[in-house]
Amino acid sequence: MHPLRKQRIYAIVTVLLGVIVALVLVMNALSKNMNLFYSPSELVSSNIAPGSIIRAGGMVASGSIQKSTDSLEVIFLITDFQNSLSVTYNGILPDLFSEDAGVVVKGFLKEDGTFLAEEVLAKHDENYMPPEVAKMLDKTE
Amino acid sequence: MGSPPHFYKWATRSLPWLAGLAVIVFCVGLTWGIGFSPTDYKQGDVYRIIYIHVPSAILAESIYIFMAISGFISMVWRAKIAGMLINSAAPIGAGFTLVALLTGSIWGKPTWGTWWVWDARLTSTLILFFLYAAIIGLHSSIENKTKGDRAVAILAVLGVVIVPIIKKSVDWWQTLHQPSTFTLTSSPSMPPEMYLPLLVCVLGFYFLFIFMLTNSLRGEIISRERDKSWVKKQFFKY
Repeated sequence: MHPLRKQRIYAIVTVLLGVIVALVLVMNALSKNMNLFYSPSELVSSNIAPGSIIRAGGMVASGSIQKSTDSLEVIFLITDFQNSLSVTYNGILPDLFSEDAGVVVKGFLKEDGTFLAEEVLAKHDENYMPPEVAKMLDKTE
Repeated sequence: MGSPPHFYKWATRSLPWLAGLAVIVFCVGLTWGIGFSPTDYKQGDVYRIIYIHVPSAILAESIYIFMAISGFISMVWRAKIAGMLINSAAPIGAGFTLVALLTGSIWGKPTWGTWWVWDARLTSTLILFFLYAAIIGLHSSIENKTKGDRAVAILAVLGVVIVPIIKKSVDWWQTLHQPSTFTLTSSPSMPPEMYLPLLVCVLGFYFLFIFMLTNSLRGEIISRERDKSWVKKQFFKY
């Protein structure tokens, strides 16, 4: 190959590597802030001040949803299977909100360690299947 | 092959075939996906937007990789056609990125409960859109086309680091966006009657891109070579 072209390739690769190193450093520095939400375990270990607005996320624990009969208030537990967090929310839930499904809530921790949510977002997983297949899977379980 | 007159001739001849292929594959994929594939057990019919969302997102990333390769060729070998390719591909890539962002937003509202959230996947895709916009803007702000090509090639090559970040964002960080349904290491978490039409749609979008690229490259060639004798021979019979 022509030496000039070889030199250009070296220059491009060097600069590209430099950019990659810089980005890795930036992303490492940002690491925690790149996450959209805290898991219940992270909330336990990171002692975030009550009252500051944060997002928490995890699975809605099965059998934990308690709906109030005379208002929109709903209380449920989100869990990462190690720790769990009790969440109170007053509002309309997204359609995909259900037990054993992922959820991301925005709000703040109260003094008593429970979470008051002002926004509830449903997370859906990467699995897709026709309803008949889902039913059959349920039966075999 | 790389010479503009040769490419112009080849492009003109293949254009109707590319258009036909794109329309047929695109229509088959969309009709199959939207009309005939089964509904999802959890999301119902709303998941069908996947047949537009996923192909446009794949194209958004692929086109950027294509531009980075062209940028590399343009920088090392100074091939004129490589610079023209970046210039023609950038608006198309920006379009597909915008479609991916908009359909994602429309999908997010009924499923997640929000149009937009600043998670790693969505934010990195928005950065990809800005990169496309930067390339378009940078090129059009430099009067000298050759200098413009060089500047844009650098941006195209360096910007390519965003693509693996978008791809891995759902694994590296906690996001609202779900992890990939399709991975290289395990079978897709989706039955074939859902992913086959998706595959056809992706193919259709690729053909659509090749058609659009060829079409806009023809214009780019003519506008850059307008003072050359072969263009004059082509259009003015004197």
